[in-house]
Amino acid sequence: MIPFGFSLSPSSVTDLDKVDTRRYRELLRLEPGAATCIGCGSCSATCTSSAWTGMSVRKVILGLQRGRDVEVDAMLRGCMLCGKCTMVCPRGINTRNLILAAMRISKEDGK
Amino acid sequence: MTERIPGAFHPFVIPFLAGMLFVLGYCLVGMVRVTLELPREDRRRFLLSLITPRTLWKNIKDIFLNCLIHVNLWKRNKNLGFMHSSIAFGWFMIILLGHIEVALFLPHRIRFFYYPIFFNFFVAEADATIKGSVMMFLMDFFLLIILIGIAMAMVKRIRSRWFGMRRTTRLSLLDSIGLYSLWAIFPLRLLAESFTAHISGGSFLTIPMNWLFHQFLTTEYHILPTWWAYSIALGVFMCVLPFTRYMHIPAEMLLIPMRNAGIRVRHPRKGFAKLEYYSCPGCGVCIDACPMSVKKENLKDCTVYLNRQLRRGNERRIAEISDKCLLCGKCTAVCQVGVEGPELRVAQRERRRYAIDPDYSTVRPEVKGGSKVLYFAGCMTHLTPSVKSALSSVLETAGVEFSTMDPDGGICCGRPLMMAGRKEAADALIEKNRELILGSGCDTLLLSCPICYRVFRDSYDLPGIRVVHHSVYMDELLREGRLKINRGYECYVYHDPCELGRGCGIYDQPRHLLASAGELVEAKKNRAESICCGGSLGSLSLSFEKRRDITLASLRNLTDTEADAVVTACPLCKSTYGRYSDDTPVMDIAEVMQHKILLYENHE
Ligand code: SF4
Ligand code: SF4
Ligand code: SF4
Ligand code: SF4
Ligand code: SF4
Repeated sequence: MIPFGFSLSPSSVTDLDKVDTRRYRELLRLEPGAATCIGCGSCSATCTSSAWTGMSVRKVILGLQRGRDVEVDAMLRGCMLCGKCTMVCPRGINTRNLILAAMRISKEDGK
Repeated sequence: MTERIPGAFHPFVIPFLAGMLFVLGYCLVGMVRVTLELPREDRRRFLLSLITPRTLWKNIKDIFLNCLIHVNLWKRNKNLGFMHSSIAFGWFMIILLGHIEVALFLPHRIRFFYYPIFFNFFVAEADATIKGSVMMFLMDFFLLIILIGIAMAMVKRIRSRWFGMRRTTRLSLLDSIGLYSLWAIFPLRLLAESFTAHISGGSFLTIPMNWLFHQFLTTEYHILPTWWAYSIALGVFMCVLPFTRYMHIPAEMLLIPMRNAGIRVRHPRKGFAKLEYYSCPGCGVCIDACPMSVKKENLKDCTVYLNRQLRRGNERRIAEISDKCLLCGKCTAVCQVGVEGPELRVAQRERRRYAIDPDYSTVRPEVKGGSKVLYFAGCMTHLTPSVKSALSSVLETAGVEFSTMDPDGGICCGRPLMMAGRKEAADALIEKNRELILGSGCDTLLLSCPICYRVFRDSYDLPGIRVVHHSVYMDELLREGRLKINRGYECYVYHDPCELGRGCGIYDQPRHLLASAGELVEAKKNRAESICCGGSLGSLSLSFEKRRDITLASLRNLTDTEADAVVTACPLCKSTYGRYSDDTPVMDIAEVMQHKILLYENHE
């Protein structure tokens, strides 16, 4: 192939019919509040860790809904449990419990 | 004084003897096991403390004051204190006096260790001498004291409010057997001794009772059955003791010396932790004290139930109870035994295994140092910027040169992770912050968040650096005359944040500051009994809605004083109260100071 200096990136389309959402459903069992997220992004904006690790509760919830486990796990590893996201969440979601629950259920458990 | 029963034995002592041997053996094995379960260095420390005269004396004193006199209960409620110490101390005296009697009159019988307990059955005319009748008098006296205590215990089951308690625990079946056999022991002893009083002698209780019985009973027929019953009650009590809450009696006797030796909870179920949850008599004082108990559904999540479930090994409930608690520490503050509810819970949380572990290798905060005073605002203060700006302006007024460690947000102090039981992750953050602080060249680390303050003070190794909370620092500036304010007419009520008050023992400096700024009023529950604001990071599972009632109840305690402002010294308490306090402003102590300084400067 001729090196053009750029390449095509793989498609980021998620086929929701094919996504395995068992991990997300398990999360909903452990923290039902996850279902009430409106994706406002307050948690991401205030996150202590995001500058270094890209952590964002909003993206964690979204990622689990879409089966993007690798990205989710990388973000979860950066959380410091400081609780700022809980304080600012307009839906009053217990985000720390959500994070701990998501860390408990690994991909293997979800499958 | 003569011996009535040749051979000094009668079969009725067998139930007592069996129970006694069983309970002694059980406790001895238990003690050895708990000691062996300690980590090696803790065990060494404990054994060493047992042969150090100073700690030995302290152990004896503490065991006497706590297990027999129940001083902590006296402080809580006089009736409750009297009830417990009358039974414990009275019983102890009866056993002690029984042994003295035997040693005085029949020293060759002292090796039968049922003899002092059933002395009156085996002897005749024991009150014939002065010495004998004095002993008999004392025995009756202490029996009377115990009987009063038992009567009070019966009343307490029906009217717990007289003892300063709104709620008491529900008993399990074995606990009830233990309770009723304990209640039966002393009335039976009175009956037994009364029926034999015309033979053995007696005193102001037993002799009149004996006379009374003689009027309508043939006392001889009743002697043996009552002594049998007395012995059986003792035997039953001692046989069920290890499986009931009464296990707290031997457990506490070991807990006290271990605590004096500085041993701490290191394992969720073994060693010291086991001793703590067995030392809880289930008095239920922590139920009323717990801020969560404003909601009925949380009643069974207080420390007394944690202890019970730990003893039963009910894993599902243990996890639930451990995750819910706010870790406010109030149960420990009111507990007569000093069971550390929060520490026990964190130890349970540490047991949990996660599929994903934190990794902060990409986290590289930079140091913004330079001055001798380094101010670490911390996450919660970043969420309440008014606290940060107020403190900065106070420091500038006082001419303190300082730099902010995390002007645009730093990393967390590690305490929230620690409370969640993720100790290794917390240690990673602690190490990162530690390097930053040591590299900054400061000699004072200033914190405006008590959560941070506690962890920097207790868990960071910062040689040569003073860790200080802003309330203490501002108080020093005021006392040194570097801050000038006029006392006004505002009325403040101060809320003791859990981490600052119970956690670090700082109660007076914030109060001094406020008393210099205006009129300081005290809430009904304050200092060590202050009520958590409900926002604590300690709780993992309490949802936002469930915290509301806790916050409202805690706020009511403060606003009932009708103060003009609720003042706290923690950014988390401030934002939690701020959410629900419509009529009364909630301020951080730095904001009060900033306001007073402005007033002073405008006035000059
Ligand atoms: S708890 Fe975790 S996700 Fe939430 S703000 Fe803190 S670091 Fe970010
Ligand atoms: S702040 Fe709450 S509602 Fe908003 S995105 Fe985050 S979790 Fe969802
Ligand atoms: S933990 Fe303490 S206060 Fe609570 S029931 Fe046990 S002894 Fe009483
Ligand atoms: S630490 Fe506080 S919230 Fe937890 S059980 Fe004790 S009193 Fe209740
Ligand atoms: S303890 Fe709380 S307030 Fe303090 S830095 Fe950590 S998260 Fe922030």
